[in-house]
Amino acid sequence: MRTFGLLEKGDISLTKPLDSDVPDVATGFRRPQRSALGRRFRATVTAYGFLGPAMALVLVFFIVPGILLLILSFTELSSANFNDPWSYIGFDNFSRLFTDRFFPKILRNTFFYVFTTLILFNLGLALLLALVTTNMPRRAGFFFRLVWLLPRLTPSVVYILMWRRIGQADPFGIYNQLFPEFLGASGGNLFLGGSPWTFVILTNGFIGASFGMIIFTSALESIPKDLLTAAKVDGASLWRIIRDIKIPLIKWPLLFISTYQTLSLLTSFEYILLLTDGGPGLFTTEVWALTAYKRAFASYAGNSQWAFGATWAIVLVTVALILAVGYVKMFKFNELIEEPRIENL
Amino acid sequence: MRVEIKNLSKAWDGVVGADNINLDISDGDLVAFLGPSGCGKTTTLLMVAGIYKPSGGTISFDGQVVNEVAPKDRGIGMVFQSYALYPHMSVFGNISYPLKLQKVDKAGIKQRVQKVADMMGIGDLLDRKIAQLSGGQQQRVSLGRALVKEPQLLLFDEPLSNLDARLRLTMRGEIKRLQSDLGITSIYVTHDQVEAMTMADKIAVMSKGVLQAYDVPEALYDRPKTLFVAGFVGNPPMNFLDVEVTGSDGEFRARSEAIDLVLPPDRAEKAAAIKGKVAMGLRPEDVDLVSDASPGAAGLTLGGMVEGVEPLGREDLVGVSINGVEMRVLVDKTKGVKVGDNIELAVDTSKIQLFDKETEQSLLWA
Ligand SMILES: Nc1ncnc2c1ncn2[C@@H]1O[C@H](COP(=O)(O)OP(=O)(O)OP(=O)(O)O)[C@@H](O)[C@H]1O
Ligand SMILES: [Mg+2]
Repeated sequence: MRTFGLLEKGDISLTKPLDSDVPDVATGFRRPQRSALGRRFRATVTAYGFLGPAMALVLVFFIVPGILLLILSFTELSSANFNDPWSYIGFDNFSRLFTDRFFPKILRNTFFYVFTTLILFNLGLALLLALVTTNMPRRAGFFFRLVWLLPRLTPSVVYILMWRRIGQADPFGIYNQLFPEFLGASGGNLFLGGSPWTFVILTNGFIGASFGMIIFTSALESIPKDLLTAAKVDGASLWRIIRDIKIPLIKWPLLFISTYQTLSLLTSFEYILLLTDGGPGLFTTEVWALTAYKRAFASYAGNSQWAFGATWAIVLVTVALILAVGYVKMFKFNELIEEPRIENL
Repeated sequence: MRVEIKNLSKAWDGVVGADNINLDISDGDLVAFLGPSGCGKTTTLLMVAGIYKPSGGTISFDGQVVNEVAPKDRGIGMVFQSYALYPHMSVFGNISYPLKLQKVDKAGIKQRVQKVADMMGIGDLLDRKIAQLSGGQQQRVSLGRALVKEPQLLLFDEPLSNLDARLRLTMRGEIKRLQSDLGITSIYVTHDQVEAMTMADKIAVMSKGVLQAYDVPEALYDRPKTLFVAGFVGNPPMNFLDVEVTGSDGEFRARSEAIDLVLPPDRAEKAAAIKGKVAMGLRPEDVDLVSDASPGAAGLTLGGMVEGVEPLGREDLVGVSINGVEMRVLVDKTKGVKVGDNIELAVDTSKIQLFDKETEQSLLWA
């Protein structure tokens, strides 16, 4: 017979170990006891119910396109070959990719671009801006953060056109008119054609920094004041407070921004497309995502090589996944998540 | 260390946190800052710590003005209500942090941290993460961190407010014992007056940024200089009745529509000189229930009806309406007072306080 009684319940224990998977008292307390299996089933259904919407999105917008991309990369699909769309050609596209004369250069470009922008701007400048603007009067801090957000409110094309104006060669560019002698004896050596990477990284960095800045600012502001007071009383200088208290306490936002920005830098190319189109010259500032785009959609001699573009893309996705896993491991992501206090739903 | 606070003020455009505070703390004393929420206790403490810059006045340690000295150079330890432990460090990491900043060598750190941790009874918890400690253990760690650098001055900001009643009692005793054993001058902010009364050598009562009184606990209790202090110190709080004090032929009486009491001359003299009403203070414990209401004791007792009874365990806190005036008194619970009873209270008039209603100053101790 099923009982409602407390005493008869075998699994009630006040000293239940934390990792025990015995169902908790809370669920079955005022209900007839269900079988353990039944309750486990219900818990599973609940869990998947909550996960469902997110999983559907991942499925439709990541898994399915990924699989299509993978299939595509084993075919010869292009605008010149449209009547035979699914012609299987094995690893031909991949061997073509890896033996491409410019493959090493594009790879180097990509990593240089991603990590220089990430470290100097999306993390470095963002953190600096957050630290500085949280240490000034509130209104002033707010104003400066707003200024740094402006590029985000500007359409990409307008933003890049402005930079192109700034970066034009002597004597036209704004920069070269203002500082004809600043970075070199005769002036005019800092212009788009002469230092393309400087401009590529600046244009991306100035926009990219604001995202981290906002996230870091809110994280820094949520550090309890008492902690900072305690650190000051303990004898910490401003620098030690930043190093020993503030940075460790915003570890989670730092992880998030690093991961998120690495991946978004890895896959974004529109600023480079508009600014230099990978030039000047051959592949000087061409990055992986731009190559994938060009192979797939820009036509070479009237031919858009969709399948070959897909091959570049699928390799990029793979690299991104590996990096993402690497980040999670490196930052000990699991340790950041506190054990839930509620042991059973 | 001797602490002198002179004309100390703090204001943020418009908001006054502390207003012209004057206070001397003798070496080795524990001084409690007592007052209702928002009265400027923390503000004053943080100025002593060097976190807030005073808007005016000076703070001196052993005769040296320290207004411009950075917190880290003031030789202070601080304990917070929130514990303020570094959550990403272990217990050892937390306690050792001040020493690390002082560049003490590794062996020295280890030995001193262990010593302090043992003293605090957390010697076996050094490897724990902060999140794995109970509130009481966390407060011990926080105390250990404050003590490890052997400070000249300890600052406590409501350190026990987050603990349960029983633990608060234990910790209260422990902190007091530690403090007097080590002889460290301390400032202890609290709004719990029992804590202040039991722990402090002297109590500074504050209200709205102003220091209301600064004296030894018994003096504040028996000889309150202002209406605020009388009302704030003591639990349950003092009753106040509006009365007119008159004296003729050496007999002084406190009268109102509700009551008529004979007062001892030494208490009443000054009040009698005042035309109009004064505030008469009567502590809940300074009355006795008279079982047989003998009418002969006119002028020494108050009669009223019981409107509420709150059992406090040993005593009952009884709300009485005396001809429409509310009073709360403590009555032995064995008397079994019930709502609706008519009772007669004998007043210990030698304990009565009298205050000028205009200036709120005492008419006995000013
Ligand atoms: N940083 C600040 N800026 C502006 N006003 C402040 C600031 N800190 C405190 N105040 C004001 O100063 C007054 C005193 O505050 P304080 O924190 O010293 O009170 P407290 O006595 O410690 O109260 P509690 O018992 O609630 O902690 C309050 O009116 C408060 O609003
Ligand atoms: Mg406070």
